[in-house]
Amino acid sequence: MTIDPQELMGTVTAESGISGTAPLDETRVPSRMRIVFRRFLHHKLAVAGLVFVIVLVLLAFVGIHLTKWKYTDHDFNALQVSPNGSHWFGTDLTGKDVFAATMRGAQKSIIIGLLVALMATGIAALVGSFAGYFGRWVDRVLMWIVDLLLIVPSFLIIAIMSPKFHSFWLFVVLLGMFIWQITARIVRGQTLSLREREYVLAAKYMGVSGFRIIARHVLPNLASLLIIDATVNVSVAVLTETGLSFFGFGVQPPDISLGTLISDAQTSATTFPWLFLFPAGFLTLFILSVNLVGNGLRDALDPTSGQAR
Amino acid sequence: MGKYLARRLLNYLVLVFIATSMAYLLAALTLNPRANYEGRNPPIPKASIDRTLSAFNINNETPILTRYGHWLNGVVHGDFGRDWDGGSVNGNLGRKMWVSGQLLLIGTVLGGLVGIAAGAYAAVKQYRIPDNLLSTGAFVLLAMPVFVLAILLQVIAAKLNVNVFHHRVFEYSGQYNPALSGGFFSHIGDRLNHLIFPTLTLLLAGASYLMLYQRNAMLDVLGSDYVRTARAKGLRRTTALRRHALRTALIPSVTLFTYAFATIFVGATFTEIIYGWHGMGEWFVTSIQSSDTNAVAAITMVVAILVLFASMLQDVVVGILDPRVRVG
Repeated sequence: MTIDPQELMGTVTAESGISGTAPLDETRVPSRMRIVFRRFLHHKLAVAGLVFVIVLVLLAFVGIHLTKWKYTDHDFNALQVSPNGSHWFGTDLTGKDVFAATMRGAQKSIIIGLLVALMATGIAALVGSFAGYFGRWVDRVLMWIVDLLLIVPSFLIIAIMSPKFHSFWLFVVLLGMFIWQITARIVRGQTLSLREREYVLAAKYMGVSGFRIIARHVLPNLASLLIIDATVNVSVAVLTETGLSFFGFGVQPPDISLGTLISDAQTSATTFPWLFLFPAGFLTLFILSVNLVGNGLRDALDPTSGQAR
Repeated sequence: MGKYLARRLLNYLVLVFIATSMAYLLAALTLNPRANYEGRNPPIPKASIDRTLSAFNINNETPILTRYGHWLNGVVHGDFGRDWDGGSVNGNLGRKMWVSGQLLLIGTVLGGLVGIAAGAYAAVKQYRIPDNLLSTGAFVLLAMPVFVLAILLQVIAAKLNVNVFHHRVFEYSGQYNPALSGGFFSHIGDRLNHLIFPTLTLLLAGASYLMLYQRNAMLDVLGSDYVRTARAKGLRRTTALRRHALRTALIPSVTLFTYAFATIFVGATFTEIIYGWHGMGEWFVTSIQSSDTNAVAAITMVVAILVLFASMLQDVVVGILDPRVRVG
């Protein structure tokens, strides 16, 4: 790294102190963001990942309108044709356009991925920081719940509930419920050490309530970790969603997701490879790009950690 | 350490009990085995359906707590009850555990070893060609869901058979060839052949994750003072790396391995379904689809016990690797 962030931050705050116009926080926040941004740009693979994420999302939400075929259309004059000028990704047994279907499925998977990731990281932040900060019985109860949810057959619960209630939102909530536990443990560990820091102790002895300390001091200090975690969770959520949909326990027909498309293509993957390769390729490329962005963010936000997680 | 392990074991046992009970209650409340008998032609009288379901303890008109009590009593005596069509869950369990066991044991052990070895090797060769190849490969594999990987390998096997060997060299469907004639060794060979691609799937999926993790852990350790000291003391490079660097760097990977265990089981489910193996994973999915309450509860219990076992194993292994745990 060429810039020492501490030094740069120091100079910026000193300057703002001299001019005395803006409050400290306002000058500090953009400067840190700029450092992080610049560091991120240095990471070529991460930038490539970000570009790919944007391209894939655009393809899914805008690109789908470029073809005249809808994912519900059947072209009975072109059954199981290989990719060509009219059907870019070919068609399936019933004449459905694979391009339109893949993009529609990708929309579902991406939306679910984002919602679930936000939810999971949010729960992890709250549970982890509460358990770590308050300790004692709060800690014991919350960590016991974490242990329980790790051992409870989450797969089974989603598999039974999701097809039964046929609800998109229930599916999202259930997915979110089951991927936050490990992050919660990490957040708890970090909170345990933050709890002993001088500024937290100072706030505590001044009579600031625990909830405020968590909101003002603990969580902002864990922002890097949480941002990285949310990114990683997007790929975890998409993987889980497509996996469940592959078994028929996730997204329910007539809705489609990348998982249901791959499941439908499974038996004909050797004879009609385009049915399998396009949805599978989209999925893999998307996860790969998100992971690259996550890696780049980790390096940019938290250069001291060499750890994978 | 013994006392610590005993406390952990007790805690895990309570968790297994709760998890299994929850699975049973949830399955018993929401699944409907009655549907398997209704709507048949010729129709079965309701009284007969009731009698059959009651005999298997899956009648949804029996109060749930009565059914639960009956089931729990059976489990305590080592009897997991009956399938929806009267088959013995115990019998199925024994058969299918053996099928999955082959896949899981070989896949997990090989995957773990390959992952850790590749990770350590890549770290030692950081930024050179072997590292770049291994890291890129692992990163791509990590982005690939197990079901995509499994189908892709299947396609590759089929293409190799057709285009390269011009006859069926690799088997990629089922556990064995039922039509095979020949002696003991050709049967063994046939079974091994059927194992190759499913095992490869699990191995690659498991190893990619561990490899990246192990590489990072190893890199952290390589620059540390005690590895340099070990070298300065006159140890050979490989010895210093193995005894001082790798050993320390193994600890986080071991922890990760346990967490990954449940994931591997789910991964094995995909593998079994795609490669047509009739193991625990496939049974789990079909038993949910056919509303098989007792089978679902039994499988959940087995998985919970496996996770428990993996956690205990992790506690022991970390204790062996990390002396601080033993003292503390």
